[in-house]
Amino acid sequence: MKVEQKKMQNALMESKDLSVFYGEYEAVKKASIPIYEKTVTAVIGPSGCGKSTFVRSLNRMNELIPGVEVKGEVLYHGDNIYDSKVDPVNLRRRIGMVFQKPNPFPKSISQNVSWGPKINGMTDALDDRVEEALKKAALWDEVKDKLDQNGLSLSGGQQQRLCIARAIAMEPEVILMDEPCSALDPISTGRVEDLLFELKKKYTIVIVTHNMQQAARISDHTAFMYQGDVIEFDETKKIFTRPSKKQTEDYVTGKFG
Amino acid sequence: MTDNHSYWAAIVRRCRNWNRNSRFSEKSVVIFLWLSAMVSILTTLGIVWVLFKESLPFFSEVSLFEYLMGTQWSPLFSPQKFGVLPLICGTFLIAAGAAMVAIPFGVGTAIFLSEYASNRTRDVIKPVMEVLSGIPTVVYGYFALTFITPLLQSVIADVEVFNALSGAIVVGIMTIPMVASLSDDAMRAVPDSLRYAAYALGSTKFETSFKIVFPAALSGVIASMVLAVSRAIGETMAVTLASGATPKLTLNPLESIQTMTAYIVQVSLGDTPQGTIEYQTIFVIGLTLFVITLCMNIVSNKVLDRYKLKYEV
Ligand SMILES: Nc1ncnc2c1ncn2[C@@H]1O[C@H](COP(=O)(O)OP(=O)(O)OP(=O)(O)O)[C@@H](O)[C@H]1O
Ligand SMILES: [Mg+2]
Repeated sequence: MKVEQKKMQNALMESKDLSVFYGEYEAVKKASIPIYEKTVTAVIGPSGCGKSTFVRSLNRMNELIPGVEVKGEVLYHGDNIYDSKVDPVNLRRRIGMVFQKPNPFPKSISQNVSWGPKINGMTDALDDRVEEALKKAALWDEVKDKLDQNGLSLSGGQQQRLCIARAIAMEPEVILMDEPCSALDPISTGRVEDLLFELKKKYTIVIVTHNMQQAARISDHTAFMYQGDVIEFDETKKIFTRPSKKQTEDYVTGKFG
Repeated sequence: MTDNHSYWAAIVRRCRNWNRNSRFSEKSVVIFLWLSAMVSILTTLGIVWVLFKESLPFFSEVSLFEYLMGTQWSPLFSPQKFGVLPLICGTFLIAAGAAMVAIPFGVGTAIFLSEYASNRTRDVIKPVMEVLSGIPTVVYGYFALTFITPLLQSVIADVEVFNALSGAIVVGIMTIPMVASLSDDAMRAVPDSLRYAAYALGSTKFETSFKIVFPAALSGVIASMVLAVSRAIGETMAVTLASGATPKLTLNPLESIQTMTAYIVQVSLGDTPQGTIEYQTIFVIGLTLFVITLCMNIVSNKVLDRYKLKYEV
């Protein structure tokens, strides 16, 4: 019953028969996945199955890679983001992204966080915005006395939370995360996971992960991809307890991948 | 064919074994490398020593104060005057003017090449720039004399045939490829992950290029600017041809001037006998140039360190 209700709810974003090509190579094949508001959607699957390619196509970051071609649609608030009317710059201000490797700007911590608001014209009460974003990213206490220090002087885990703060300072609606914890130690990973629970109260999150436990712990829905195909999409609980496809079961139970 | 192949294979194997077996070869490589490093150090020391040795007698006849503060320079005619300021002023005019041409155009070219140009455009522009920087400076000098100066004269009324402006412009043009190429390298060394971070926050191409990539490459860009200025200070042929040989204490770029290096060439080409004070001036000027460039290097290293701290950690 509950599942039915979820499915009835309108998706905030939805990929429809989305295919992504690198030249001739089809890295994502007709993926159709709904992304619901204020939930965490996990994308799992073995290395090279197209997870990164898929999430990058949700905010048109793929376009920055030469030779990429996208077919199909990604609906966001009902409109196709690949429509020629859509400006990818504005789109990315609504759909933020956190990368696998922390990539703070070689600027001060506060400049890192205020970059998004600044270019977006949200220049009022900038210091408050910086503080709020750092607090939301659970980094404030560690950096409040050294906001002028270079972002690169932080540890890897802190840098990643800085990148998360930088993304949420723009107040996006959706945050895409591509293996945000893969370069982090278990303690930092734990903190980022805790953070995700907080963040999903306000934001819609899509997260790529290789870590089954992580996907099971933090996500509401899970998409399992294999060789470019979305094999199965469902509530996380269902994917991990009674998946409907044999391949999914094999993967989540660790039989391959 | 196969015989030939196995013959070479045998030689290669023998060389490899020889390399591996003998400590001697490893040591000789180190010695060779050490000697190579020594050559440049010893050359520098030798030059400095000669400069000092030949300059000292000069200062027994002309006081340091007179040299540094004098406003007239005429060692080759009587009455002889040994004030270096006109030459420094001329050099400064050329260097400053050249920097004003080379830095904006060079850096602009670099930003265009590394951030905006397609690979095909780059593949055309890069070799053209290399050719430009390979043209002998004499040719640039004649270009200034026969093209830039007439052009200037048609726009501005009182431009002399030999003038600092024309020399500065042509030296600036000569150094654009160097600034562009080094700054382009510095900007391309900025990892793409930074560009992606900027784009993912909804930055435009302009914001990404000018406010993220450019500052991240700043230390390299500044290094290219410093090199451009050094090159402009050292440039001789083109400046002599375009700006003449009139040591004059003026900041008016429309007049003829003389730079320090141009003076050295002028004396060297004449038949000044060794041991005379005229002859010694060559070395005094050389020493002055050396001190100026040394100071510039020290200052620029300080500046670079500061920017490194700020941007690269
Ligand atoms: N820039 C590119 N050019 C060409 N092919 C690419 C490019 N990026 C990815 N691919 C190919 O597309 C496929 C999917 O890559 P993608 O990076 O999306 O996989 P992934 O699921 O994120 O893998 P991983 O878990 O290792 O990060 C791979 O086969 C990869 O080789
Ligand atoms: Mg990936």
